Amino acid sequence: MTSKKSNNKPLFFFVNEEKEPLFSKKNRALLTDPLDDNNPITVQVLGICSALAITVQLKPAIVMSISVMAVMAASNVIISLLRNLIPNRIRIIVQLVVVASMVILVDQVLRAYAYDVSKELSIFIGLIITNCIVMGRLEAFALGNGVWKSFLDGIGNAAGYGVLLIAVAFFRELLGSGKLFGIQVIPDAFYEMGYVNNGLMLLSPMALITVGIIIWLQRARNRKLIEKN
Amino acid sequence: MEAYFNLFVKSIFIENMIFAYFLGMCSYLAVSKTVKTAVGLGLAVIFVLAITVPINFLLDTYLLRPGALAWLGNDYASIDLSFLSFIMFIAVIASMVQLVEMIVEKFAPALYGALGIFLPLIAVNCAILGGSLFMQQKDFSGVVESAVYGLGSGIGWLLAILAIAAIREKITYSNVPAPLRGLGITFIITGLMALGFMSFMGIKL
Amino acid sequence: MNRDSNGYTFLFATLMVLVVASALAFTASSLKGLQAENVRKEKMQNILATIGIETDRDQAEGLYKKYIVEELALTHTGAVDTQSEAFKIQLNGELKKPVEAQRFPLYVADVEGKKYYVVPLRGAGLWDAIWGYLALKEDKNTIQGAVFDHKGETAGLGAEITQKWFQERFVDEKIIDQNGQLVGINVSKTNNDPTNSDKDDHEIDAISGATITGDGVTAMIAERLAHYLPYFSKEETPLALNN
Repeated sequence: MTSKKSNNKPLFFFVNEEKEPLFSKKNRALLTDPLDDNNPITVQVLGICSALAITVQLKPAIVMSISVMAVMAASNVIISLLRNLIPNRIRIIVQLVVVASMVILVDQVLRAYAYDVSKELSIFIGLIITNCIVMGRLEAFALGNGVWKSFLDGIGNAAGYGVLLIAVAFFRELLGSGKLFGIQVIPDAFYEMGYVNNGLMLLSPMALITVGIIIWLQRARNRKLIEKN
Repeated sequence: MEAYFNLFVKSIFIENMIFAYFLGMCSYLAVSKTVKTAVGLGLAVIFVLAITVPINFLLDTYLLRPGALAWLGNDYASIDLSFLSFIMFIAVIASMVQLVEMIVEKFAPALYGALGIFLPLIAVNCAILGGSLFMQQKDFSGVVESAVYGLGSGIGWLLAILAIAAIREKITYSNVPAPLRGLGITFIITGLMALGFMSFMGIKL
Repeated sequence: MNRDSNGYTFLFATLMVLVVASALAFTASSLKGLQAENVRKEKMQNILATIGIETDRDQAEGLYKKYIVEELALTHTGAVDTQSEAFKIQLNGELKKPVEAQRFPLYVADVEGKKYYVVPLRGAGLWDAIWGYLALKEDKNTIQGAVFDHKGETAGLGAEITQKWFQERFVDEKIIDQNGQLVGINVSKTNNDPTNSDKDDHEIDAISGATITGDGVTAMIAERLAHYLPYFSKEETPLALNN
């Protein structure tokens, strides 16, 4: 029986090495698992730093999620293509260099041709390169799997990340500044009655506690995730 | 001497990587189940920070800063290589982490297994890169100052992860609701500790 | 060739470094011109915004040439250095020099007969640098407008200094108190003036959750403006003294 592991021809793009339908059950799971069962933030414990920094408002949270999705899809594909060529001893460096160069190249191009967009994204650049999710999935998945699967894994994990970011940002912006997407949502009548924005929600400690509560709810629903002592 | 001491204390408590800047949270949360693994990772972080910050300082001063290349000759003074900062810092950090990984694998295989994916993740640990980026911004006067800063930041990180690991070990005997057990309660405790650390923010050294 | 052998590792690493370095260097150098253009036009846009002229980047240059009548590079004694080009002065480099060696750019605008002085600012926020421009009316005391920007403040908190609603708080505030001392503007948590109706308190409301960034703005304004006092007092006209 031949071992499937080294059967791949990584340099030929889109060759479906595993002879599986493109959207088979296993492949679909790559997209849906990270949304709940294998959520990068609440289960794999990756990507926390940005979950705290970027979730003060909904808009940056969404911009960040989309950027991370693009970076993860691209880097997972590239590393997957190169996986049989990368020497084991320098694999961390190679992964980092691939991600960093890609992000920097995109930043340089944006700064020349879409300056306003680049200004919006410039603060995210650093946060994306060091986002543990990107490196974590390269190490855990792309280095050992085919191109299409790695692509799906990248998209799935970025989606799981995005879902959590949006959940946290929703509460932080709503309770912390009474707005959503910068638009006032809590009616003035509430403020007149004595309602005050919870300023603490804007600060990182509350972001941590919010994520803790989301984990509580997630595990209450999905009892397989509960940790055994 | 006093300036070094002030910087050292500041980088451990007032500008604590975890509680003031919230950098390096992924490994902090995931590896703090036992004090032993926490200390192991903390020491690795101290090692990496204490070495990479001074090295990156030298790189920044003599290679990357605008005008840094003036020591090669006056025509090179106008070159600005700062766009390479990120990549060069990351390369230095990644090489150092690869070195640490090899050492840990050889001399402490149990720790290697326990740390799992979080040992190579030190390379992207925002705290490590953050240390170098803050160093770049803070304009230290010499390599010793940057080393003090790196060492202090690492020790601050170790103290933070040590504290949370100790608390987590103790609450395994408490009645935490099942869905909150483990990660959930850790997040909440960290949030509370962070609230406590906010009191350090007003101190001027 | 064995993937884990020293030779292969070295070869791979070298190749990767070459490819990445050339790709980055090529991209950076070929796009440098375009990027510099964008930055230049943005600077003009920001200076115009402080005197109340909103424009997009394409029209910025034309409007800049129309309204900005003088670009001065001042020394710390208030003298004008005619050898330096004010617009080209990069504040992040200047700030590292000793005060005697620094040059302080000042942009003098004339909009429909009214004169304004635009002062560039630069300082430190929470994570990285913050900068901006402050426009003073002819009395060199009342603020006409302010524009701020930053490199890496937190989105939703410190980053809000770029928003109109924060910058508008500075309009009509005064930087010099009744005794003639420069006090700048204090971005304060204790201002207690949510509608900003008191324009003589030299204070504006801070942004919740962005204390350090706000303190950075206060410090930046105080530090930079102080260097322009020698020039402003030399320029003193009887009209200004009446304030």
